[in-house]
Amino acid sequence: MNLVRFYVDNAREVLGLVGQHLLLVLVSTAVAVAIGVPLGILLTRRPAWRGPVLGLANVFQTIPSLALFGFLIPLPLLGGIGARTAIVALVVYGLLPIVRNTYVGISGIDPAVREAARGMGMTDGELLRLVELPLAAGVILAGIRVATVVGVGTATIAAAIGAGGLGEYIFRGVAVVDNTLILAGAVPAALLALSADGLLGLLERRFAWR
Amino acid sequence: MTAPVVELRGVSCEVGTAPPRAIVRDVSFSVGPGETLVLLGRSGSGKTTTLKLINRLVDPSRGAVMVAGRPTGALPPYRLRRGIGYVIQEVGLLPHLTVAENVGLVPRLERWARERIEARVRELLTLVGLAPERFAERRPHELSGGQRQRVGVARALAVDPPLLLLDEPFGALDPITRAELQREFKGLSARLGKAMVFVTHDVREGLLLGTRIGLMQDGRLVFLGDAGEFRRSPHPEVRAFLEAAA
Repeated sequence: MNLVRFYVDNAREVLGLVGQHLLLVLVSTAVAVAIGVPLGILLTRRPAWRGPVLGLANVFQTIPSLALFGFLIPLPLLGGIGARTAIVALVVYGLLPIVRNTYVGISGIDPAVREAARGMGMTDGELLRLVELPLAAGVILAGIRVATVVGVGTATIAAAIGAGGLGEYIFRGVAVVDNTLILAGAVPAALLALSADGLLGLLERRFAWR
Repeated sequence: MTAPVVELRGVSCEVGTAPPRAIVRDVSFSVGPGETLVLLGRSGSGKTTTLKLINRLVDPSRGAVMVAGRPTGALPPYRLRRGIGYVIQEVGLLPHLTVAENVGLVPRLERWARERIEARVRELLTLVGLAPERFAERRPHELSGGQRQRVGVARALAVDPPLLLLDEPFGALDPITRAELQREFKGLSARLGKAMVFVTHDVREGLLLGTRIGLMQDGRLVFLGDAGEFRRSPHPEVRAFLEAAA
């Protein structure tokens, strides 16, 4: 009940933080897709790069988020306090699932399908656009889904470096030992993660061929 | 005598290094318009590779492959392939496209106008015995094996190529559907007047459909002739095939 009253009293602030949170996740996921999908495609063309690239992405993935924020802050251009640093970190986290799933999705296509498409006279570009990407779409979307859900979670921590978002309430609530305030941030953050997962899951199912 | 649509002269194909292994050795033949050359052989005899040498899914190590009088290396591979119909077993259809989209794929790559593609797709589906209004919007997984193979043939004919390559097109079908499609295919090939190279390991299918039969063994073409000559040939591999079918 306290929570409901809190939302009524602070509606504008709450919406602002939800908006910030969404923006952090949307921008970082969009950038991660824009880098990750082409990179994943490149790995299917240059299999020798697969080990180093996925390994590096894996290393980044392993660094705890708060530590990664810490590493980024002193960096010029990418770092500092605020949303920009948070977005850089979120992109880094989102890359691995997207690159890996793009690579796995495309290289998992039946080689006979690829050969049939070539046999019909498709160029490399047509093969990618008309066969490989549509057939791998489900797997690629699954990667984007993981990246998004992880992004919603990690974005709550971004409040620690002044990036805003629903983590504001959580950190503030922890600092002043106020459960209502903690829940005010935690509940909508959890709901965001669940709905992002559900929506992308629906989209993913549309691309299940056969 | 009309000019051959496809001609192989002393073609060999080796794979791997140290030592390279020959999968096709010194194969020569030619196929003219209206002719169906059946390449018969056991698994691993090099018949599928020979077929792929024609549309350059595999490149020859030695020898010349000519299509319509020109060496296949003279064109970019995709250009060459769009002028050659290609039918393979099962997996040839793209699972994410409808029947109409599958059949209209090469015309689409060739940037035909939409109405022209639609009209051609209807015409082809009718030709292979699939009512367009019932089948055009289905996806491959909603079809039976025989229906899928009909779509495969329709697709190969889409831009009316002078040459068709067929790699065990009826191999995955049940015997009854297979016999039905073989009969229809025979009628169709007589009407269309295309040059065809048809790969199979089924000697009865070969004798039924081929104007000539080429028998391959260990990468070599060990016999080339019509059905009558095939039946009379003393070659041990020919005898082995005939006895297995008896």
